[in-house]
Amino acid sequence: MRNVVDTTPEGNMVLNVGPQHPSTHGVLHLFITVNGETILNLDPNIGYIHRSIEKMCESLSYRQFIYSTSRMDYLSAHMNNHGCALTVEKGLQVEVPERAEVIRIIISELTRLASHQLWWGSLAMDLGALSPFFYAFREREMITDIMEETCGARLTMNYIVPGGVMADIHPDFQRKVKEFIVQFKSKIGEYHELVTDNVIFQNRTKGIGILSKEDAISYGCTGPTARGSGLSCDIRKIYPYSAYKNIQFKEILETEGDSFARYMVRMREMEESVHIIEQLIDNIPEGEFQAKTKAVLKLPKGEFYTRLETARGELGVYIVSEGGTTPYRIKFRSPGFSNLSALNHMVKGHKIGDLVSVMGTLDLVIPDIDR
Amino acid sequence: MSFLSNYIKEVYGAVSSLLIGMKRTGYYLTHNKEVITEEYPEFKAKMADRFRGEVVMTHDAQNEHACTGCSACELACPNGTIKILNKFDITPEGKKKKAIDSFVYHLELCTMCNLCIVACPTDAIKMSQNFEHSVYDRRLLTKQLNFPGSKLREGVE
Repeated sequence: MRNVVDTTPEGNMVLNVGPQHPSTHGVLHLFITVNGETILNLDPNIGYIHRSIEKMCESLSYRQFIYSTSRMDYLSAHMNNHGCALTVEKGLQVEVPERAEVIRIIISELTRLASHQLWWGSLAMDLGALSPFFYAFREREMITDIMEETCGARLTMNYIVPGGVMADIHPDFQRKVKEFIVQFKSKIGEYHELVTDNVIFQNRTKGIGILSKEDAISYGCTGPTARGSGLSCDIRKIYPYSAYKNIQFKEILETEGDSFARYMVRMREMEESVHIIEQLIDNIPEGEFQAKTKAVLKLPKGEFYTRLETARGELGVYIVSEGGTTPYRIKFRSPGFSNLSALNHMVKGHKIGDLVSVMGTLDLVIPDIDR
Repeated sequence: MSFLSNYIKEVYGAVSSLLIGMKRTGYYLTHNKEVITEEYPEFKAKMADRFRGEVVMTHDAQNEHACTGCSACELACPNGTIKILNKFDITPEGKKKKAIDSFVYHLELCTMCNLCIVACPTDAIKMSQNFEHSVYDRRLLTKQLNFPGSKLREGVE
């Protein structure tokens, strides 16, 4: 910890944003050096919600450690679990049934939709519009109901397990997902009417927080943040995992690199997720939902790495095994950490109010950064 | 002159974009048919069948359960939520037989991950839909799941 100072030697003010601040969406602490209202430097101070998940996983078995990853990026819990399950399956050489693969993708895309809807509502709320939050939650509630019926929980779900999924889908699953798609398609125009076309929103996001393609690469940005800068980095497309190679979908790219571009990437990604679900929901193959695995899982000695696309970017799961029942070392490459590192570069020279819009479009989830 | 017309056009566009949004919120203000909130204590939503509220042990009418005390759930739990204390009953033939003395469940440690339910070979425990867990004393969160005087159902191995 540094000493708390009010001014720098040059006479600029040091301002603490957070750790308890509504627009940081969690316990993120930012030291910003300001001259008047212009940001000269930004220094994130993280670690307030560090729970040592990586270290904790070393004492948990290969079935148990997956549940704790739902607490990392809690808005894309299924994708985190999917990444861990894929890594363990890679070590075990287990063939996952086709039915499980399709269920996993539908559930993941529903999670992506739920995550983006929450982001859309909270971004609008950060920028001063309160009602979009309720409209976003109206549709998101339908997804959480589907999750509750099939996975048994509304937020910290653990449904994807090594070898498949924990239980078969609920009999009402297909009907409810179709109802959601109809509802979502009728309301997406409303989202654009309320926020996208709004002149205040456009003035606060267009040309703000520009991240060039080169900078996105050098800071290691992934996900919608990098795709807003024109960097093609969708793992679903360039390194297809699970059943994504058989699915028709577009990778969303915008080239401006400003807050509005990142916003549009996520908005268009929602429509693309609906497109993916539409292709799969009537074609869930019959069969087992879980492959036969041993009661106690043992990975062979070696290193295993998987990458996949969560709602925020690329998640990497790295497991070092010594041949026992627990991992020797686990490392998660979380998307939020790299995206946060680019924040200083993006907000330099902008006003404090712009920091909120840039941070909102980065879609930071602090437990994902700290782990 | 073009500057002025551009300016007016911009203002017109800005005001109309705001009005479109206001029209949408105004629509919902006057058409409040779809009420999506429910008043909680008076109205309790029915939870889904698979909703994970807390772990309970199923007992039948004869106060018998299916838990053999194999500790599979205890091993499967990532948080040390379950502790099984075993005892040895003497059967009429004079043999020792393992049975549970108490199935201790720490609700305060539980994250409702369902791994114990999946691990149980005899389906003795399940998740209940109760979600109202608040108590005034945290000692009340440590529960014994087998009922007093209950015993193992015949035929369950």
